[in-house]
Amino acid sequence: MNKTIIEPSKGWKVIDFEELWRYKDLLYFLTVRGIKARYAQSILGIGWAIIQPLFTTLVFTVVFGGLAKVDSDGMPYILFSYLALWPWNYFSGTLNESANSLVANAGMITKVYFPRLILPLAAIFSKLLDFIISFVVLLVLLIYFKVVPGLGIIFLPLLLIQLLMTSLGIGMILSAMAVQYRDVKYALTFIVQLLLYGAPVVYSTTAVPEQWQFLYSLNPMVGVIEGIRAMFLSRPMPWDWIWPGAFIGVILFVFGLFYFRKMEKVFADVA
Amino acid sequence: MSKTIIKVENLSKRYRIGLQEKKADTFAQQLWNNFKAPVENFKRIKSLGKFQEENESVHWALRDVSFEVKQGEVLGIIGKNGAGKSTLLKILSKITEPTSGRIEMNGRVAALLEVGTGFHPELTGRENIYMNGTILGMTKKEIDHKLDEIIDFSGVEKYIDTPVKFYSSGMRVRLGFSVAAHLEPEILIIDEVLAVGDAEFQKKCLGKMKDVSQNEGRTILFVSHDMNAVYKLTSKSMLLDQGKISAIGTTEDIIRKYRTEVTQIQNQYFNPDQSNGVTFIEVITSTGTGIHEFGKPLKINLKAKFTSDFKNVALAFQFIDEFGHSVINPLVTQDKINWVNNGIGEIKLIIPYPRFILGKYSMTVHMGDKAGKQHIQTLENACSFEVAMDHLHSDYGWNRSAAFYLESHIWETENLKYESVY
Repeated sequence: MNKTIIEPSKGWKVIDFEELWRYKDLLYFLTVRGIKARYAQSILGIGWAIIQPLFTTLVFTVVFGGLAKVDSDGMPYILFSYLALWPWNYFSGTLNESANSLVANAGMITKVYFPRLILPLAAIFSKLLDFIISFVVLLVLLIYFKVVPGLGIIFLPLLLIQLLMTSLGIGMILSAMAVQYRDVKYALTFIVQLLLYGAPVVYSTTAVPEQWQFLYSLNPMVGVIEGIRAMFLSRPMPWDWIWPGAFIGVILFVFGLFYFRKMEKVFADVA
Repeated sequence: MSKTIIKVENLSKRYRIGLQEKKADTFAQQLWNNFKAPVENFKRIKSLGKFQEENESVHWALRDVSFEVKQGEVLGIIGKNGAGKSTLLKILSKITEPTSGRIEMNGRVAALLEVGTGFHPELTGRENIYMNGTILGMTKKEIDHKLDEIIDFSGVEKYIDTPVKFYSSGMRVRLGFSVAAHLEPEILIIDEVLAVGDAEFQKKCLGKMKDVSQNEGRTILFVSHDMNAVYKLTSKSMLLDQGKISAIGTTEDIIRKYRTEVTQIQNQYFNPDQSNGVTFIEVITSTGTGIHEFGKPLKINLKAKFTSDFKNVALAFQFIDEFGHSVINPLVTQDKINWVNNGIGEIKLIIPYPRFILGKYSMTVHMGDKAGKQHIQTLENACSFEVAMDHLHSDYGWNRSAAFYLESHIWETENLKYESVY
């Protein structure tokens, strides 16, 4: 028979992964709910997942590639920016969605118990569909420009793990903060826009002055974007750009797990 | 002897309620306050979950609550608003943590604090069954297994593949409740959810819950403001008052105690200094505490004192309901009553079959001199009492606003005859 002990918890604790596993069906249905709800009663439906990144890419291509003549490492600017926007859109999208996941579901948090981590997790998983669809668009672009990815492509799963860990790590921290401080929601909208310029989305890393390069590479998204560009364009993997960010990504993820667990107990009281 | 399934020890929970902001006296002060508002806000919001210093912003929702529940027991939890009922359930269902104390529960717990938690308007009824079911702790497999039964119980088969946003609120409640009714935990925690939904469906759910507690030995904790539902479902209850347990006992006793506390009934009038008039009135109710169980004899005792012998006293008792209506013709003394014992005497009124419907009543007493046709004294709202009907069965529930009183009656048919319970 199950035995439940309820006691006030103290200090920092590890997430209860066993319990999380027991609720995997809830995670599945919340993810599905997130996807269905997002495109319900819309004419284009899932088509928006294609249109959004494609239009942003076109605008960037016209403004930065065409008018401002930003250096794109010698590749077509449209491919240059789409390769960056593919992971970037996932990152910024999950940040917005997961940060709001707890506040948006405050009604559930105050009425029933389940591992709270399911909410930001579901937000991040439901965005994966968009990510896969925009990957299909990427494939179309690659075929159009007759680009064959290099051997570096075997490292793609590693970079995707780095992307997921970073997104989830920041998502956990922000969602836990947003329950108590609603400022997160307002601040996030423009901070995500600003962050876009802190990663090599519209410009190339060659534009970064040498003395700032290490600091710049601490941003986990720099490594992800540079790595993805390199592997699809058959260049040597830019490990110098990747390692520092990967390290920070892992720290964010682990800290996020603990921070979320620590804040979890007050969610129902302050939501 | 069945074993203890829930053990609660010294449970306490405190909240920090927002402190009132300091008001500015001058325009300059107001400007300065606006300027430093972010800092103040930060301090205030940050302190919501912290309790370094005790001050007036700390509120104890529960304080040192201890009790045990045995397997198969159905425990009712009642109390005024803010007594701590919901906080207790929220701690038991792990939604929020206690500040101190310990709970031990042996068995799978499911809490039903709301009907249809997690329902999304854009999803169909079927999808929402899965959504709601998994939130309540069921697995997909369990729901697959019971899906037909759940849909059948809800009575919305026809619309099961329609998005829930097109449902009426009643249909939504039915669907949510069907899911909940098919939970199979060892311990079920229910809060006030029966208040929604139509009467017939409520009855169906109550029946279903009663079945599972009796036949399957499930332990249930039940919070409700509907005393009739508590009476029907539970045999043992707990009364909470200001975060503490004020009593545990049979549901009958506890409801009686609760009613007395809530309605502030004054079933006695006492004025020993009166030298020429009424000194004492008592409404003797069936429970003795001012709560009268419908159908039982009601007695009223009155003592009066006059300066000397007083002949031909007239008395009238008037009964007034909460809305100010005088519900029955005033009961008037017809015969001659003489206060002969040096003006000291006592009189008793008995109403063998009072038919006041549930609710609170107050009594106004008029006294006069019958011979001289003179008014002596009127005591407005001298005493009060409350009529309770929790112990009486009704298929449709008792409704205060339905009538002023219940008539006794007899149904007769060709070959059947029975007397009403009234």
